[in-house]
Amino acid sequence: MHTIKHTLLLLAALPLVAFAADHAHVNRTTEAYKVMMASFKAKGQAGMDRLKQDPTQKACSKYSDNPPPKLKQALLEANQKTVKYPADGKYLGDWKRGMAIADDGKGLQYNDNPKDPSGGNCYACHELDKAHIAYGTIGPSLYHYGKNRAFSEAAMKLTWSMLYDMKGYSLCSPMPRFGAHHILTQQQLKDVMALLFDPDSPVNK
Amino acid sequence: MKTATKHRALWLLMLAVAATGLAASMAWAQSTTSSTDPMAEYNQMFGDDNPAVFWITRGKGLWEDARGPNKVSLAKTCDLGMGVGVVKGAYAHLPRYFADTGKVQDLETRLVTCMTTKQGFKRAAILKHKYGEDNNKSDLEALSAYIVDASKGVPISLPMKHPQERRAYEIGKAIFYYHAGPHDFACSSCHGQPGKRIRLGMLPDLASAKGAREAYTTWPAYRVSQGELRTMEWRLHSCVRQQRLPELKFGSQAAIDLTMFLAKNAEGGKMNAPGLKR
Repeated sequence: MHTIKHTLLLLAALPLVAFAADHAHVNRTTEAYKVMMASFKAKGQAGMDRLKQDPTQKACSKYSDNPPPKLKQALLEANQKTVKYPADGKYLGDWKRGMAIADDGKGLQYNDNPKDPSGGNCYACHELDKAHIAYGTIGPSLYHYGKNRAFSEAAMKLTWSMLYDMKGYSLCSPMPRFGAHHILTQQQLKDVMALLFDPDSPVNK
Repeated sequence: MKTATKHRALWLLMLAVAATGLAASMAWAQSTTSSTDPMAEYNQMFGDDNPAVFWITRGKGLWEDARGPNKVSLAKTCDLGMGVGVVKGAYAHLPRYFADTGKVQDLETRLVTCMTTKQGFKRAAILKHKYGEDNNKSDLEALSAYIVDASKGVPISLPMKHPQERRAYEIGKAIFYYHAGPHDFACSSCHGQPGKRIRLGMLPDLASAKGAREAYTTWPAYRVSQGELRTMEWRLHSCVRQQRLPELKFGSQAAIDLTMFLAKNAEGGKMNAPGLKR
């Protein structure tokens, strides 16, 4: 009897606890922004505007990378709508240039030259081919990526949209939005696509 | 005064020996291996020998000698939270609230407070050399090495009594999960899961006790790739640059709040710094 009462009380209190935790978190993220504005200074190409968050960044921060399903779904759909597909309908560029982009970790840091093109730094998080052994494991292995997908047009279209805006598929993913945030150009995106989908690319060997 | 001169001469001699050794080893490493991991090369040559000892030795002199316009010793005037002059275990109980400044401070900002208010140094002059380089070593880094060394084996435990200390932890946590900038990165993007690597570097999961302890107990550390001893302030500053954010100011509230979040998560872990890092 005592246990049942206890459980009922706990159940009754749950929504309150959840509300309190959520409420507190909201305030802390707002406070964190204020603290950060006073703690950072603009340098090189990195201005203070970079501390402002868009709705996706806000949701992932507020809910410690795990936003509630409804909010998550709405943001995923909004991000998918931002994807721009190549005007000429061609997805693949040059896999050799793609490999160089995948290996380049520079770009958009305050100590980088803003005139230089940014890299994609894919190897930082993904295994891609067997020659590059210094790869990270934050993302899945992409070895045999195109081959495993039979080099299909549908797979290419989907992959393009993921490179363009990963936050249309996994909202709080560590992967940057290479197209939507103009980190890579359309041509660079095509070159990285070729690294993944060209049958001659070491990724598919 | 005599002791200080002796200290300096000894330190310079040791530094010369170390520099010769390092230069020779680097040439050897380059000629015999194409390994991409400088840490492996270093370990092959030196094992666990940590050049941080030169920073610790110099830091001891800087702590004890009467210095600055006021010619006073930090050992006789500076309170790192455990009482004036007490260094043993001090780092394991930082950051903490200090009544005299009315602020939560980490080791580096507390040292700056002591060097300015007690010894009479100018804050700007200290911060100009906050990061040492070849012929221009940092007093702050040497002092940090000495202080942290005196916490070896001491479990991390924070007072967490003052509301500002608890607030620092809460804000630090919010900053840890704060996504921003062109790459959307938060600290949690790279440091929120266990067992992950960036390139060949292991990434500690700093939200977990295990990962936070591994990382926090081994900083400050001697960085082989830089040939310098670096503190937690340097580590955060460098992380945030790669996060594509603007520059994190030295001793800023965000830096201290993040340090508080990491230290609290690492609580119970035994300090083992200065560490040895890539």
